[in-house]
Amino acid sequence: MIMDVDFLFETLLKLGRAVPVTLSLVGSTLLLGAVLACLILALRVSPYRALNHAARLYVFLFRGTPLLIQIFLIYYGVGQFQIVRESVMWLVLREPYACAVLSFSLCTAAYTSEIFRGALRSVPAGQIEAGMACGMPRWTLWRRIIAPITLRYALPAYSTEAVMMVKASALASLITVWEVTGVAQQIIQQSYRTLEVFLCAALIYLLINFLITRGLALLEYRLSPHLRARRASQAS
Amino acid sequence: MAQAGIVEMLGFGPQGWGQVLLLAAMVTFLLTLAAMAAGAVFGIAIAAAKSSAHRGLRALGEAYTTVFRGIPELLVIYLFYFGGSSLLTSVGRLFGGEGFIGMPPFIVGALAVGLISGAYQAEVYRAAALAVVPGEIEAARAIGMSRSQVWRRVLAPQVLRFALPGLGNVWQLSIKDSALVSVTGLAELMRTSQKAAGSTNEYFLFYIAAAVLYLVMTTFTGRAFSRLEAHTGRSLRRAAR
Repeated sequence: MIMDVDFLFETLLKLGRAVPVTLSLVGSTLLLGAVLACLILALRVSPYRALNHAARLYVFLFRGTPLLIQIFLIYYGVGQFQIVRESVMWLVLREPYACAVLSFSLCTAAYTSEIFRGALRSVPAGQIEAGMACGMPRWTLWRRIIAPITLRYALPAYSTEAVMMVKASALASLITVWEVTGVAQQIIQQSYRTLEVFLCAALIYLLINFLITRGLALLEYRLSPHLRARRASQAS
Repeated sequence: MAQAGIVEMLGFGPQGWGQVLLLAAMVTFLLTLAAMAAGAVFGIAIAAAKSSAHRGLRALGEAYTTVFRGIPELLVIYLFYFGGSSLLTSVGRLFGGEGFIGMPPFIVGALAVGLISGAYQAEVYRAAALAVVPGEIEAARAIGMSRSQVWRRVLAPQVLRFALPGLGNVWQLSIKDSALVSVTGLAELMRTSQKAAGSTNEYFLFYIAAAVLYLVMTTFTGRAFSRLEAHTGRSLRRAAR
């Protein structure tokens, strides 16, 4: 098999045009997922046992089942009921794109809330006590001490989760959202050149993931200048 | 619409899909097991390559983990199933065969999920090998153990023990990845629930049923892993306390 450079280039261009769909899918998923994750986290750390158990159950359900089945449940399963079809929700649930974002967000929220929880638990107690000793009100304490430290601790694990979501976005092609994998399949149906097209798609995903991990690593670096300074002074 | 009741549809009678679904869950379990075994082979090889003194081998190991953790699982499965099949078909044409030759879905699925799981397992083994106290290896060498003896008696048992929690996570990932093999048409749990849902028009019911079966699988195997951890760690427990 001889690699046809023109065909590869053309394929990359066509797939490149689908990249915005993949990116917007991932972007809206991460945004909605992070908001949901904060909600679940709030329930999880609440002193009420019922709320706490509800959050645990949520995480258990969404982490214990494959994402594909969650997508199909929302896209095909919920749409089966007449009540849903007649309600306002149908405006959202009949759209494959919206269903993909919804199911991805629900799933990533379960994983992200656990990441946030781990980070929250490792905020040093002394920092919080110091804030309280300065007379900070609860809200200021959250905004200036707890949230920034949590964010910094959560970033490495969160970048893994973001990469997972980029990979998961390929599943949207199974419910007819034309992102990179979906377009790759369209091209294959026209050209019958399986290997080349899928390899081009793989290259695009690798590039996206590389940029995301680098970007988040850079953010982490920028967020912790005080930690670097101390390490440097210790070394000297 | 629904002539048969929920109980009949999920039951074991002639109308029921119960038996088929349970069998499909069995296929999913076996597929994950095969993928995990294949992944162990790839994972150990890659972990060895990544910690080797040879620069080329290290780069190879690095490339493997970057690629298989960086591209979508679905794409890996497509690549192996369709790519492999088209390769097989063109080889078949070379020998005068005609028509499309498909790869066996179970083997392709196990291999594809295994390659992905191998990338994650490699990191688990590498971290576990680093966790072995160097003094113990030196002590073993000092009392005259051969290289293979050190491996068998000192390194391997400890690496396995340290790797168990990580392997438990990879196992859960692989169960969920195995659902994607449904795109090759292999009658595992995902594919079978799709078929059942399609032919009865009861999408919600059958996807929920499949989700419950997946939950049962992930929960029970998760328990088994923590049992195993407790068992292999029983000599450590005193020290930890």
